[in-house]
Amino acid sequence: MSEQLQSDFDKLVKTSKFSSEEIKFKKNFLNNFIKNGFPNRKQEDWKFLDISQIIKKNISDLSFFNDYSQSNKIDLSVLVDGLEHNKIIFINGKIEKIDFNFEDQNKIEIIDETKKDISFDYENSLIDLNSAFIDKIFKILIKKNYSLKKPLIIYHLTNDKIKSTNINLRLDFELGENSCLKLIDYFANTTAKNFINIFYNFNLEKDSILKNYKIDKFRNNNLKYSFNNIEQDNNSVSETFVLSAGSDYFKNEINCNLNGEYSSAFINGIFSLKENQQHEIRTTINHLVENTKSYQLIKSVLGKNSKSAYQGRIFVNSKAQKTDGYQLSKAILLDETSEFNAKPELEIYADDVKCSHGSASGSLDENSIFYLMSRGLNYQQSKELLINGFLMEVVEKITDVEIKNLITNIIGLKQ
Amino acid sequence: MDTREKDIEKLKDYKYGFTTDIENIKAPKGLNEDVIKFISNIKKEPKWMLDFRLKAYQRLKLLKEPNWQKPKYPKIDYQDLYYYSAPKSMQDKPKSLDELDPKLLETYKKLGIPLQEQARLNGIAVDAVFDSVSVATTFKGELTKHGIIFCSMSEAIEKHPDLVKKYLGTVIPVTDHFFATLNSAVFTDGSFVYIPEGVKCPMELSTYFRINASETGQFERTLIIADKESYVSYLEGCTAPMRDENQLHAANVELIALDDAEIKYSTVQNWYPGDENGKGGIYNFVTKRGLCKGKNSKISWTQVETGSAITWKYPSCILKGDNSIGEFYSIAITNNHQKADTGTKMIHLGRNTKSKIISKGISAGFSDMTYRGLVDINSKAKNSSNYTQCDSLLMGNKCGAHTVPYIKNKNYDSNIAHEATTSKISEEQLHYCQQRGLDPEEAVGLIVNGFCKEVLQQLPMEFAVEAQKLVGISLEGSVG
Repeated sequence: MSEQLQSDFDKLVKTSKFSSEEIKFKKNFLNNFIKNGFPNRKQEDWKFLDISQIIKKNISDLSFFNDYSQSNKIDLSVLVDGLEHNKIIFINGKIEKIDFNFEDQNKIEIIDETKKDISFDYENSLIDLNSAFIDKIFKILIKKNYSLKKPLIIYHLTNDKIKSTNINLRLDFELGENSCLKLIDYFANTTAKNFINIFYNFNLEKDSILKNYKIDKFRNNNLKYSFNNIEQDNNSVSETFVLSAGSDYFKNEINCNLNGEYSSAFINGIFSLKENQQHEIRTTINHLVENTKSYQLIKSVLGKNSKSAYQGRIFVNSKAQKTDGYQLSKAILLDETSEFNAKPELEIYADDVKCSHGSASGSLDENSIFYLMSRGLNYQQSKELLINGFLMEVVEKITDVEIKNLITNIIGLKQ
Repeated sequence: MDTREKDIEKLKDYKYGFTTDIENIKAPKGLNEDVIKFISNIKKEPKWMLDFRLKAYQRLKLLKEPNWQKPKYPKIDYQDLYYYSAPKSMQDKPKSLDELDPKLLETYKKLGIPLQEQARLNGIAVDAVFDSVSVATTFKGELTKHGIIFCSMSEAIEKHPDLVKKYLGTVIPVTDHFFATLNSAVFTDGSFVYIPEGVKCPMELSTYFRINASETGQFERTLIIADKESYVSYLEGCTAPMRDENQLHAANVELIALDDAEIKYSTVQNWYPGDENGKGGIYNFVTKRGLCKGKNSKISWTQVETGSAITWKYPSCILKGDNSIGEFYSIAITNNHQKADTGTKMIHLGRNTKSKIISKGISAGFSDMTYRGLVDINSKAKNSSNYTQCDSLLMGNKCGAHTVPYIKNKNYDSNIAHEATTSKISEEQLHYCQQRGLDPEEAVGLIVNGFCKEVLQQLPMEFAVEAQKLVGISLEGSVG
């Protein structure tokens, strides 16, 4: 693979207009990736779903070259209807459009960071891959005391020009003091067999609020990896919601550092998987100072041959007294071939804390089905109603009413 | 509330820390084929046993020491250890207790384990293991009447080779992980129990392990077989002298329960934990595994872990027979600089299998405690269930408590429920107790005992009382 990486990289350098400085950085990342390769099950974080095997099996002819000199046409039909929003449109590995039409342009700054040293200290070779082959990196800065009027939707699109390719995206967000951003990641991939590697870096200053909703609903044969790093200052709030249902493989990783007092993090997730899908959510919440709070709720509904994994880690520093940490993961296995794995982990060095986790998995409750059927529903309807209720609990956690309605409709849940 | 200073002030007395001055026979230092042959030879073992050891040794050469555990320790030089050490007086096997070296009798008396039957502990048969050999087994006569075999491993190899050959290494194969394989190569003695079909063992069986010699590793091997419809309750206790160096204890315990049989295995582990600065103490790296081979069989592990510098063990159950049951009850207490990484594995293979895990961890001082467990329900294990509860209690903010459960459910008919909490003793509870006249230390003792109650209840009577005291002693001085 290393030869291919090298030659794809050379091709990329030739077709793009990177400065010599950029190429130097990129080369460095490339060498790191060549050294470590794709993560595999020998690494604790990749124990349940081994990405190097999955890529080998699904995309045998994975190419790392992406022609950034060509622009792509925006297909307007995929855009979300019925909700006014700002947009970033990302097609085939290129950011084609950044549009903040609904906002005060003085309050938002978009900075091209490509030329800066963008190294990020985290043991993960996929981030090296991302940094080596990426086109452009933007930083979106939201200024002090500004709340976006409308949510921002990032469209993740691919069209038939691209196949069996590694696609990388990186965005940095800086939320100034007392600002607010609602961000929706909307995946609508029409082509198959690509490996999409997304890295977001959020910096939340005092009193700021971030709400990130990731919606991967439509069935597609792509493999995806998404990594969110969230740094939180005093009294900031982050809310992450993941709907993991569309891709063949999707791993969402969320690393959250609660650096400021009274900061809090909420993570809610739904896996709704069918035929041969393998999805994972891995969270790390680092409680580093006093009086911080985290809450996680992950639910899975697993059909035939599907597999979901949840690895959640709560770390409490010895300084972080009065921490409140909670994790709950629940799974319903619908078929004898479905599989659920969990590793809810607590690592605690402070004594005055309240931390707990729970995990439960099993089949649908026969008694509840019986109850519904005795009231006139047929088996299929009862089953659907129960699953509806099971998942609705997670959707109810969404704090933004407009977005909650949108997501409820997209999933097709009844309220 | 400065827990730390108080901790250091009030040194805990480890009353089992004495050494017995006795002449020893040792194998030459180091690990090689010759030493293995020496051990096999001195124990007058048959050739198949030596082959078993050598096979393990060959395998060991390929294996690497695992390194994924939480408590890290300085590298052990396996060539700088004695693998066999036995009191000289044990060379020509004494025929009865009267011939036994009085120093040994004295040692066990001091430990509170009288070997003379007159002074017997209420109906408990004891196998006493001193360094590398079993020195005495009590109540043999009574047990033989029921057809029960309870003897040292060496004796079993000599007298019951068929049983040993049939079962040894079937639960923990010689090709298992590093420490288990090391044990298979150099194990010296241990207990062997066989309960024949339909027999309910009339008394508690027990082994008492004692490390005495320095620079010696203890590698004992225990094998318990419960034949159809039988029942046995087995207890294990351990102590060691206080020394500045770390000593290695790597035992293998295999349990096999056939149809409708039940084995209850209880451990009170009180190896020397090292001094208050974390110097010395035992490395307790033990492999314990039970196989519910037959249908309706049951294996239950109960452990109270208070000693050792590092405890690293996962008593496990393989639930192979249909309707079999696995249970694990654990209290682990770490104080000062002790470290523990313990838990269990429940592997469900048969239909309608059930398992239950109750784990209570208490850490104080500068210690670090990890619960690590695996619940794996195989796709064939229809209608199985597991319930896990692990609670941790922290005393002070210099210590750590961690929970790392692995949950794998591959069967839609089966249920897994897991709960874990971490907290400290609440001020309200302490206040309530103190208001009623208890001093803070007593109050903590009372609350901790309540916290551990679910596990303590599982221990046999005589042990429960001792364990309860031990819980109190281990935490002495950790309350500010």
